[in-house]
Amino acid sequence: MNESMPFNDVDYTTLAERCRGDFPLLARQMHGRPLVYLDNAATSQKPQPVLDALQYYYRQQNANVHRGVYQLSEEATAAYEAARARVQRFINAAAMEEIIFLRGTTEAINLVAQAYARPRLQPGDEVLISAIEHHSNIVPWQIVCRQTGAQLRVIPVLDNGELDQSAFAELLGPRVRLLALTHVSNALGTINPIAEMIAQAHRQGIPVLIDGAQAVPHLRVDLQALDADFYAFSGHKLYGPTGIGALYGKRRILEAMEPWQGGGEMISQVSFEHTDYNQLPYKFEAGTPNIADAIGLAAALDYVDNLGLEVIAAHERQLLAYGTRALQQVPGLRLIGTAPDKAAILSFVMAQAHPHDISTILDRCGVAVRAGHHCAMPLMQRFGLAGTARASLALYNSRQDIDVLIEALHQVVRMFGDATTEGGQ
Amino acid sequence: MDDELRELYQQVIIDHGRHPRNFRRIEGDCRCRQGYNPLCGDQLELCLQRDAQGQITDVAFQGQGCAISMASASMLSEVVKGKTPAEAERMFDAFHRLLTGEEGAEQGAELESLGKLRVLAGVREFPSRIKCATLAWHALMAALEPGNDEPVTTE
Repeated sequence: MNESMPFNDVDYTTLAERCRGDFPLLARQMHGRPLVYLDNAATSQKPQPVLDALQYYYRQQNANVHRGVYQLSEEATAAYEAARARVQRFINAAAMEEIIFLRGTTEAINLVAQAYARPRLQPGDEVLISAIEHHSNIVPWQIVCRQTGAQLRVIPVLDNGELDQSAFAELLGPRVRLLALTHVSNALGTINPIAEMIAQAHRQGIPVLIDGAQAVPHLRVDLQALDADFYAFSGHKLYGPTGIGALYGKRRILEAMEPWQGGGEMISQVSFEHTDYNQLPYKFEAGTPNIADAIGLAAALDYVDNLGLEVIAAHERQLLAYGTRALQQVPGLRLIGTAPDKAAILSFVMAQAHPHDISTILDRCGVAVRAGHHCAMPLMQRFGLAGTARASLALYNSRQDIDVLIEALHQVVRMFGDATTEGGQ
Repeated sequence: MDDELRELYQQVIIDHGRHPRNFRRIEGDCRCRQGYNPLCGDQLELCLQRDAQGQITDVAFQGQGCAISMASASMLSEVVKGKTPAEAERMFDAFHRLLTGEEGAEQGAELESLGKLRVLAGVREFPSRIKCATLAWHALMAALEPGNDEPVTTE
């Protein structure tokens, strides 16, 4: 076929066209329309290789890990540990022992709050977060502050969704014991300049946790270059299964920490008088781990790396620019979050209609978007909003998906009228 | 366009949502309750005044939310004026059945009693939006309940 194409013909084959077929769910119809799935910041769909990996594990390899002295258990253990090595490679951690499998980002942050921060915080100490955090990077710190008498401090956000860097510099005071910061804002898409912020915190000896839930599907993360002390992310936003995620922690710091939960697997020797804990990373993986989903996550990382994260990022950047331009043409629509450095998240409000009404109408057009506060209520309050509608993009989204979204938004305009000609009836 | 969508967002609902009736404070003695839907952030305060016999003489509300919750609160404020608490409660029961499509919702007399509220029947095709339509009603029921000072939520 290629031979018959004129030499100067442009290749319009996009990443989305090539990959869409890998995701069985995307073939579904909603209300009689083809599904246009634009809620990827909430969770992504899963490609066939991930589904296959899960099924293969349960059909061929299922046994408990690190326990049995029989071939099946050894195979399961090898697959589970290979998944850990896969995660290590994906985020370029220095060692496998620095990767702890957990349920997801939320659990990872709670682990750090309770096992790292709680024993170290004194009354009057400070934990520094930012105004654009997800509730999962706010509430665990509030809990630990209440437990210890420490104070929560918040880096303010500018009107365009960027953090106020001069306020950040001032807030990095002598009582700050930890900086907990999101890499990418789930509600606005802002990409924080975390490399600089980590360096700044480190110059004052302050360790840093990064919430990477929204970053890993879109950006190459190199932890040896970033030098974050902790980095947390979830598998399900990265085309992997739900219920699996990872916490990266520097070995030196993890070794100095007490375990978070007690149980099987995390011990080396137990008597009723005394227990010796297992080595890293098992010290933080009490109980039978989520073996199958860790293996599924590794399959997702293979899938992403085969396509190339840089290719995905370039595709999403183009789509974001296309979507931004198109949304700005919709009457009454206002984008929330316009930082120059943004991931593929389009948050918006409309003068005519509430986000929930927008979402209901879009749903009937087959378009799935999130409406509401995006688990970032303090951020919504900062912008004087009860919520926004949010379209968040992934590798399988196309310009055509954006076009369907725009057409559906025009439906909202037709239904609710042009906000500029509002008049009493 | 989708017929169910057209049924949900009838012009009268959009009009009530955009220009809610009795969207104001009540001066003088009144009883107010908050209604809050944490899922979507819809929030309103509903206030009512009753005479010596307990009859509702005035209802007003303020707040913010989607077209369905604002329109429903607006219509509520019109239909319950002059009703006794027992009548208002019966009305809410019938309205709730109308929205959930339960058996009996189409039965004549009860449906008749709902008057203009019937325009919200389209919500039944959108189960996730029933909470929007009942938010103001939950606040009303709380305001009629003696001694209850808790804010109400639809979660």
